[in-house]
Amino acid sequence: MHEITRNRIDVENVIRSVVSPEAGAVNVFIGTTRNHSSGRTVTSLEYEAYEPMATRMLDMIIREAWNQWDVKNISVVHRIGRVGIGEASVVIAVSSSHRDEAFRASRFLIDRLKDGVPIWKREFFDDGSVEWSLHSHAQKTETEAG
Amino acid sequence: MRIKLKLFSIAKDLGGFDEQVVEVPPDSVAEDVLHSLIQKNTKFIDWKKSLRYAVNLEYVSDDFPLHDGDEVAVIPPVSGG
Repeated sequence: MHEITRNRIDVENVIRSVVSPEAGAVNVFIGTTRNHSSGRTVTSLEYEAYEPMATRMLDMIIREAWNQWDVKNISVVHRIGRVGIGEASVVIAVSSSHRDEAFRASRFLIDRLKDGVPIWKREFFDDGSVEWSLHSHAQKTETEAG
Repeated sequence: MRIKLKLFSIAKDLGGFDEQVVEVPPDSVAEDVLHSLIQKNTKFIDWKKSLRYAVNLEYVSDDFPLHDGDEVAVIPPVSGG
């Protein structure tokens, strides 16, 4: 399953969508919105997507993960629109027979998502300014997402 | 020929629209859509190197040939996640 939604992400629902009696593991990655960016205070965020292309690319990267690892089910849900601080902007859930595959596939999926899926984040700062987050290449080395 | 040009994120702010049908010369390639955008706002020049293009929902190289009726999107650096 993959979805781009304007609603708050129901994490339990995403997990339920991948649970399988054949799976011995479910790995969940949750990207949450940060209250700071380059030393400045962020009060809220807004995401926009090129929805038909983003949907298509999510479908593509899920297939890639499927081909690469022995996983059972994969779900990726990305939220767009205004998102409050500390809320989930993206949830990735992967089930597999053994945990290693689920960990690896999750990492692959979030990396690929951040690398090319046409979704953009706009940060609202406490001084009233609003800026698109445009340093995704520099962020690639960070372990945190969102 | 006519294409549907879509702008996102910073490109939308600089261009002042999110979607427009535009006339482009025959034999145009993807990055040629930038010419008309630079005429509107010279700040597009600074972004030239970081912009990517998508034609009909797929990333293409800058020199990808355009066809009448294509949907061409200008894609600034993405920041999902």
